[in-house]
Amino acid sequence: MSVVVFTRSTPDTAAKVEADASGGVSWGDAATVVNPWDEYALEEGILQAKAGAGKAVVVAIGGEMHSEALKHSLAMGLDEAARVEDAGIDPTDSLAYATAAAAVVKKIADVDLVLFGKESVDVGSDQHIVQTARKLGWTMLSYVSKIVAVDYAAKTIKVERMLEEGRQVVTSRLPVVISVMKDINEPRYPSFIGIRKASKAVIPLWSLGDLGIAAPPPRTKVARYKNLPARDTRFELIEGTPEEQAKVLVDRLIEEKVL
Amino acid sequence: MSAVIAWVEAFNGKAIPATWEALAAARMLADKFAVPVVALIIGEGGEALAAEAGQFGADEVLLCADSSLNNYRLEAYAGVLTALVQSHHPRAVVAAATSRGRELLAASAADTDSPMLGDVLSLSVGDGWISADRAGYAGKVLSETQVVGGETQFVTVRSRAFKALDPKAGAAPQVSSLAPALSEDQIVSKVESFETEAGTVNLTDAAVIVSGGRGMANNPKDAPADAGDAAVWKARDGFANVLQPLADTLGAAVGASRAAVDAGYIPYAHQVGQTGKVVAPDLYIAAGISGAIQHQAGMRTSKIIVAINKDKEAPIFKMARYGLVGDLYQIIPALTAEVKKRLGK
Repeated sequence: MSVVVFTRSTPDTAAKVEADASGGVSWGDAATVVNPWDEYALEEGILQAKAGAGKAVVVAIGGEMHSEALKHSLAMGLDEAARVEDAGIDPTDSLAYATAAAAVVKKIADVDLVLFGKESVDVGSDQHIVQTARKLGWTMLSYVSKIVAVDYAAKTIKVERMLEEGRQVVTSRLPVVISVMKDINEPRYPSFIGIRKASKAVIPLWSLGDLGIAAPPPRTKVARYKNLPARDTRFELIEGTPEEQAKVLVDRLIEEKVL
Repeated sequence: MSAVIAWVEAFNGKAIPATWEALAAARMLADKFAVPVVALIIGEGGEALAAEAGQFGADEVLLCADSSLNNYRLEAYAGVLTALVQSHHPRAVVAAATSRGRELLAASAADTDSPMLGDVLSLSVGDGWISADRAGYAGKVLSETQVVGGETQFVTVRSRAFKALDPKAGAAPQVSSLAPALSEDQIVSKVESFETEAGTVNLTDAAVIVSGGRGMANNPKDAPADAGDAAVWKARDGFANVLQPLADTLGAAVGASRAAVDAGYIPYAHQVGQTGKVVAPDLYIAAGISGAIQHQAGMRTSKIIVAINKDKEAPIFKMARYGLVGDLYQIIPALTAEVKKRLGK
């Protein structure tokens, strides 16, 4: 069996990200990291491949910058990596992404489990994850905080999902696509040996032709990035004893009509 | 059917607040397209919701009732929505960007090769195509995203980004029924249990949020000898007995910084920030939170931010409208007492 984890490189979480005059986006010379939610999916990929006596494959769809996330994944201990880049795929168009991701899973073959982090912070979206499941015709289990039980021989799975109102336990049949929440595991740090091995790895690059599909029809595009509207910079320091501070603050909050 | 469909999301038979905000967005789009708004209600017992949907702006209601649909499941609900889109070709489908709304609309958009703009902050229409501002790069920039092809346009709207319409008394939408798409034996996912947290306020819907950070460990109370980690005990006690009473008085939800969650002070469900929830309340009170950029990503669109921190250099004060330098264990109880006194609560 195989487990496939999709990931991507995103700007360091502390980086300052700004739109430029031409509508592009930049983060200066800040480094990229693995999309913060994906660390948990990568860790779960390693654990589940071991549990199913199979291999864990990590895939990124997008340009060269995403090789960094793949190398980090290999250094963590995933077995194989591949990157998909093709002028016919705009990774910000969720339907195009999902069409390519489903073709990747079919190419890898014998896949029981596809894992994603809860969302991609750069596109600010999780819809490509659900759409990958639908394009495969598989069950989608989103917002999973725990894999309670999985039987790769009997093809059954039981998970706990974290929803707004609480925790739901769901059973289903493999294969499935899962998006994972932060509290599913403790991601490991890459080992020194892992980093050395990953730095030498040659990562295959697949085009749509290699995946055996035509370019999907475009559905959405990012017209431009814009900076956030400036925040109100007024600031009032409220001083005094705790009781005096509380009284003045409540006065202000009533004036602001937020109490 | 030339219409805009709005999925009415309910939990335990009650509409969630964000669903009427989504219906207002659907109403706006329908007016631009000059078509009616059709509310789609899935699950048994939807008649009461149908009348409510009419009051909040729906022209017509489609009810799809079946025992297989009583608890939301993606496969079953997406079956209904996809079949409806395939047979009726609506101009748009709109829902709230909740856990359920996001995945349901994404699934049907994929099934029908349709465009989707998810979690939008604002909407506009030009030449029949919808365009939206969305949060990108962990909320640090906006991405203006456009539909460029396809037929039905799918949209989910972020909680609190749109205002629900004022309910119109006496609106009586025409109600028709719709058959389910799948039978129970075609649905492989089964819900075994659903443990809900009683009495908690949903962070993404909340008008007021009170959040605690690392500073919660500075509780002056002594931890009992058998408490294990004293800092964890002190912080948990502070969340339960100092922050929660203020939240209860304000009708607020309780949030937390990643530092507080990672230290085990409070469960992850409360985390606000880049790897937690993104919130936009009218009032956000940050107590003992330094305000790292990753935390700011989750709360920077709050209307009024109040920072309470011992360290007057903490970055949270740069975000705040009002700053109180001092010990949160003195200030929060004083604030709770003052709110009770002033609001008569």
